Amino acid sequence: MEKRVTFKGMWLPLLLVLPQMLITAVFFFYPAGQAVWQSLFIPDPFGLSMQWVGLGNFEFLLSDPYYRASFATTAVFSILVTVVSMGVALYLAVLADRLIKGSGTYRTLLIWPYAVAPAVAGVLWLFMFNTRVGVVTWYLGQLGYDWNHVLNEGEAMGLVVVASSWGRVSYNFLFFLAGLQAIPKSVIEAAAIDGARFWMRFRTIVFPLLSPTTFFLLVVNIVYAFFETFGVIHTITSGGPQQATTILVYKVYADGFVGQDLGSSAAQSVILLLIVSVLTVIQFKFIERRVHY
Amino acid sequence: MATVSLESLKKSYGKTEVIHGVDIDIEDGEFIVIVGPSGCGKSTLLRMVAGLEGVSEGEIRIDGERVNEKEPMDRDIAMVFQNYALYPHMSVEQNMAYGLKIAKMPKAEINARVAEAAELLQLEPYLKRRPRQLSGGQRQRVAMGRAIVRRPSVFLFDEPLSNLDAKLRVQMRLEIKKLQRELGVTALYVTHDQVEAMTLADRMIVMNDGAVDQIGAPLEVYANPQTEFVAGFIGSPPTNFIASETIGGQAGTKTGIRPEHVVIAPVGQGNATGLVLYAEPLGAETLIHLTIAGGEAFTVRQDGAVAIPAEGDQVGLSWSDDVEMRFDASGRRF
Amino acid sequence: MARDANAGMVERRGAGLWLTHLGLIIGVAFIFFPIWLAFVASTVTQPEIVRPPMPLWPGDQFYENYSKALTSGINAPVARMLLNSAIMALGISLGKIAISLLSAFAIVYFRFPGRQLFFWLIFLTLMLPVEVRIVPTYEVAANFGMLNSYSGLIFPLIASATATFLFRQFFMTVPDELAEAARVDGARPMRFFVDILLPMSRTNVAALFVILFIYGWNQYLWPLLITTDPSMNTIVMGIKQMFPSGDDTADWPVIMATSILAMIPPVVVVIGMQKLFIRGLVDSEK
Repeated sequence: MEKRVTFKGMWLPLLLVLPQMLITAVFFFYPAGQAVWQSLFIPDPFGLSMQWVGLGNFEFLLSDPYYRASFATTAVFSILVTVVSMGVALYLAVLADRLIKGSGTYRTLLIWPYAVAPAVAGVLWLFMFNTRVGVVTWYLGQLGYDWNHVLNEGEAMGLVVVASSWGRVSYNFLFFLAGLQAIPKSVIEAAAIDGARFWMRFRTIVFPLLSPTTFFLLVVNIVYAFFETFGVIHTITSGGPQQATTILVYKVYADGFVGQDLGSSAAQSVILLLIVSVLTVIQFKFIERRVHY
Repeated sequence: MATVSLESLKKSYGKTEVIHGVDIDIEDGEFIVIVGPSGCGKSTLLRMVAGLEGVSEGEIRIDGERVNEKEPMDRDIAMVFQNYALYPHMSVEQNMAYGLKIAKMPKAEINARVAEAAELLQLEPYLKRRPRQLSGGQRQRVAMGRAIVRRPSVFLFDEPLSNLDAKLRVQMRLEIKKLQRELGVTALYVTHDQVEAMTLADRMIVMNDGAVDQIGAPLEVYANPQTEFVAGFIGSPPTNFIASETIGGQAGTKTGIRPEHVVIAPVGQGNATGLVLYAEPLGAETLIHLTIAGGEAFTVRQDGAVAIPAEGDQVGLSWSDDVEMRFDASGRRF
Repeated sequence: MARDANAGMVERRGAGLWLTHLGLIIGVAFIFFPIWLAFVASTVTQPEIVRPPMPLWPGDQFYENYSKALTSGINAPVARMLLNSAIMALGISLGKIAISLLSAFAIVYFRFPGRQLFFWLIFLTLMLPVEVRIVPTYEVAANFGMLNSYSGLIFPLIASATATFLFRQFFMTVPDELAEAARVDGARPMRFFVDILLPMSRTNVAALFVILFIYGWNQYLWPLLITTDPSMNTIVMGIKQMFPSGDDTADWPVIMATSILAMIPPVVVVIGMQKLFIRGLVDSEK
């Protein structure tokens, strides 16, 4: 698609794109290039020189049990966050869509946690489940359950999953509700006249018609779980216990800034970069929609 | 007020030439209509005059001065677009005043000109409204108003009436003509509608496939088309074309006869014989559709009071020799 | 969408309607509970919290806790952190919108050398969140002396093309004739941009602003790396800094008051501009 009308001139348009070009070059292309470059070296212990290792960093990473474990952790974490947040959201959206009046009110009540930062969400959930003062922990204790996510790996994972899914429900709810409301009522009525009961209608009519939305949300939520949940992990578990909640993005940070292992961190960045590229291609190929936030 | 001259004007996109050389001298105050089927290059020609398209070859002169390299705003023209191109976020008043504001005209003068145009176009009650709050006809007037306030030497119209319904189109057509007369401005008007062309033009340019087939006053073009295309395009219903040999003419040529020049006669009389397929009585006139020998379609237009032959009848078709238009194999009149 | 009586019969029956409401109310409660608890905690005293179970109804320490947080905080006054967050969020949203409008205008309305290349370069940036290139970006910022500065907080997060893409899509839908009419009216390119294109983009700009403001306000990792001076902390990352290292007990009332304060601006933006927010979300996902 091209415009028929264009203005003449060469310097003006170049001037117009200059700010974005500069910022993108300095803060995007240069660092991305650096990441690729650094991933091919190991700095000496004093940081004075760099030694070329080719794909050594990658070989080391891929044979590193911790890194592999982090991959598995990320997979489990992303799948859980996606399933939990989409499941709850779909459930609420189906309910809200059944209402003739008031679905707008519920929408207002449900969407605003989108605005709560993942890091803040992390603090809120940490507070509820805090081993010493958490109110939920205390009630669980009364029921005879000894909650301790600081020591128990499963509980730690459960907590970061719930905290990450919590705000995300809003986002998914919004899109599911819009998707449901876009399904023509006549189709559902026709199915009802054909004798299909609610669950049958949902399974055979509504859900298939909703599949573009579902697929779109699937990809978006995986991207979210991969890259935007750093704040939740950092506030609640800092990747622990025993790296049970160290997802890939957290590991880039932990190895690069805490461990100061620049070569490995850069190699991890490159791997993440590849993952993002694949996800982006999937996004474009199958849904032709764009996501970033 | 100004004259406009186009001299061997050509336009190419890459290697494809879309306008093959147009020559015309337009007199001051003349109303010129460029007419032709869609894709014939008429809009491109107009946009070249406006300065919205570059000129590949040839020259455009407004009032004797070459304007090929000039920006639209420096050509002393105004243009009315097919979809009006009103600025959606500005009121009617602001839309009309925008060009004058850019030209840094004093506010008082701008207001005076807008008021004058609004009065002329009966837009006074709508000055504060946005375009989307107006009807199609009103938007059309605003687009005209925007052109008028500039007091240009040349008006350019790009199918300005094609988005209106039929009734409004007739009304606006009359108004445009009246306005142009009153203001005495040279006008170039593009349309695919031959009725608009016939009724508005002092002279019309009939274009076909990037080339000018004929330039002339409407009735002259109607009476004396220079090519088969013009004969077919101007006039409704269109001219009948038959292979000349079927009526005893020269092989390989065609003869054109306008439907209104034919009279139905008893079988065996007249210049040809036709089979009546069906008739369309329109009241004042009747259109009779036939096929003639060789299976070619043929239309006759007769007065509504004349008896209509029954469908399936064989009838004679009669016309006088002087209405025959003969075209050679390349479509030229001879 | 008019739903007639029959549709109503299909979609709900007496008891079903109440169950529907009940299900939704449980959902809303689930969403609200963590925030309610945080609010309660921000209105009681520290001893009430550290002796569980804490109360579930607000106490009378609202003023004390919030004023303590705002004026002194723990490492830095929260008022200062709110200011930092506001500057960062506004800088990111306005900066991104500004550079994107300009470059989208250039790409759509001009033909200039390198246009295709430029288009593909920014297209590439769509793919990469800052989290992925974090270490080298940090080095760049450090080399420019941008640590502990607003420019360091803002500029690296502007380097993404989503907004450019969005504006390009919108500009493509603006009829060609408007630009032609403006040219005939004598408008030069920048005049057309300011007088016609910008006003027509108002809604898109506003919708994108809502989304970008939240995006900027909620940034965590980047401010965490780049601000070591507590007076440059943003509120979202500053909360974590309020937890003591080691075994000391956290000052929960102040931390929770800060959490509530950190939520208020983006939540107000979302609720206050709900229509624009939804439109912005949907637009930016296309």
